Amino acid sequence: MSDGFTQEGTGMGGDGGFITLDGVEKVFQVRRKAGLLRRERREVRAVDGISFRVARGEMVGYIGPNGAGKSTTIKMLTGILTPSGGRLRVAGIDPSRERTRLAHRIGVVFGQRTTLWWDLPLRDSYRLMHRMYRIPDRRYRENLDRCVELLDLGELLDVPVRQLSLGQRMRGDIAAALLHDPEVLYLDEPTIGLDVISKAKVRQFLKELNTERGTTVLLTTHDLTDIEQLCGRVMVIDHGRLMYDGSPAGLHEVGESERMLVVDLESEFPPIVLEPEAAGGAPALRAVKVEGPRQWLAFPAAASAAPLVARIAADYPLVDLSVREPDIEAVIARMYESAP
Amino acid sequence: MADTVAVRTGGEQDDPEPGGFAFEERPRLLEGVRAYGLIMAMWVRSTMAYRASFAMTALGDFAVTAFDFVTILLMFTHVDALGGYTLPEIALLYGLSATAFGLCDLLLGSMDRVGRRVRDGTLDTLLVRPVPVLAQVAADRFALRRLGRITQGLLVLGYALLSLDIAWTPLKVLMLPVMVVSGAAIFGAVFVAGAAFQFVAQDASEVQNSFTYGGTTLLQYPPTIFAKDLVRGVTFVVPLAFVSWLPALYVLGREYPVDLPQWVAFLPPLVAAVCWVLAGLAWRAGLRAYRSTGS
Repeated sequence: MSDGFTQEGTGMGGDGGFITLDGVEKVFQVRRKAGLLRRERREVRAVDGISFRVARGEMVGYIGPNGAGKSTTIKMLTGILTPSGGRLRVAGIDPSRERTRLAHRIGVVFGQRTTLWWDLPLRDSYRLMHRMYRIPDRRYRENLDRCVELLDLGELLDVPVRQLSLGQRMRGDIAAALLHDPEVLYLDEPTIGLDVISKAKVRQFLKELNTERGTTVLLTTHDLTDIEQLCGRVMVIDHGRLMYDGSPAGLHEVGESERMLVVDLESEFPPIVLEPEAAGGAPALRAVKVEGPRQWLAFPAAASAAPLVARIAADYPLVDLSVREPDIEAVIARMYESAP
Repeated sequence: MADTVAVRTGGEQDDPEPGGFAFEERPRLLEGVRAYGLIMAMWVRSTMAYRASFAMTALGDFAVTAFDFVTILLMFTHVDALGGYTLPEIALLYGLSATAFGLCDLLLGSMDRVGRRVRDGTLDTLLVRPVPVLAQVAADRFALRRLGRITQGLLVLGYALLSLDIAWTPLKVLMLPVMVVSGAAIFGAVFVAGAAFQFVAQDASEVQNSFTYGGTTLLQYPPTIFAKDLVRGVTFVVPLAFVSWLPALYVLGREYPVDLPQWVAFLPPLVAAVCWVLAGLAWRAGLRAYRSTGS
């Protein structure tokens, strides 16, 4: 079942992957109160037999709905959590057994919590990293200068972390994760809660890091745009199983995803349907929901929104509009529907 | 799981360690102490950037903890002895216990934040760094202002030593610093064990506080005023009596309310070592439990 969508991963370097997982499992024992003293034990299979290989220098997106097992996988890859079963290696190291040894070779960014010292200026956090990781002085200075320049941190170095905005803090966190030249960078939701400009900066930086330094990047995200702009390969996980492993474009094909155009008209109109450009095809756009003057119009994710908007604006009194990207939940839901 | 070696040899040729960063296996204890020192130095530097604020908070700590002794002084305006002990004698107990606890609180005072770190997930950020977690937790937010408590304890201790009429022997003199250090170590082991327990029960910091902060208050009074069962409890269960009561009573030439041979007064270093072994095991078990449950 889990192999239903698994395609040949791109860029797999023959026999050995840089990151390899073979049937990795993580089972949690959840205890619940069931009565005054009695407690019910329940098994939760957060990661249920996942296998994949990531070659050195790949940039891979790891996506799935909340509770799918993404963070649990990352935590096992960093050595925070011990797997319940299966075999897992990063750069030849068993993360849970040699956590501190692996720590020298990986960088980790948690989108929702900072690895920096909250009350201290960025500069102090970096100085401490320098000593803690035993980074040679010259290399530390080079890496710091480079991060400061590319991530625009110059004016933030003396600001306590708690005073930074989310986007600034995220950039500070990314720099902190890279000072010791890690070979792998894990990012757990690196763009969550960021504004458009911050997102673009972070993405640009990661792209350069991957192409220029050859750093292997594994990132989890809720934002499909992250995947489309950054990753040559995407893995979808749900209920602890790998649902898909392949190119981002293939994801849309499998998921047959649609984007949504939400329009506000001057008054109520019957549901809008636009005829296809070529005769006999599926409609280019159709209303899936109408609520007074507001209509939700679905169209294929691959189609451009601009000509559709132009056609609607020509025929209807358009007041306002917005385009909604397909969310991962919708793509995965469709993946289930179309599964054999 | 069993084939670690096979993978290592297969992957090593194309997985060189990053240039210039040869990883060396180092003793964990030394690594921990080094990391503790680094983090502590950072907090001290950051504290010293605001000297006035440091002076104020240290003075505040001094004043707040000194109230405990003021309470005892007030009692002695009405009585001449408490549980058969004079003011200088109680000052000795108080000074030893306050100094030992102050030293421990200075070094390990942040340990009770483990539960909160587990709850908000920031413990994970410590686990991805290449140094022992215990050192990171212990040195976090190292607060130099806690010197206030130590100063207060030392002053009371000084008063006690000046006003007591003790037939000093070299052994008795030697016992004072040994008591303070082993006392701090015993309190420290309780801190670490309590923190380890927070991996399992995240709201347990109050239980720990009752042993540490509560324990130090207990030790500031002579054992004769407490019920014997309580005295037995802090002697045999949580061995706080070894912090000050037992060795101090030897120095003072007093009887211990629970029947014990005199040589137990020399046990504090040994008790401290045993406590640390047990606390270390508890910490490891706690961290292992966290890493297998993630909560």
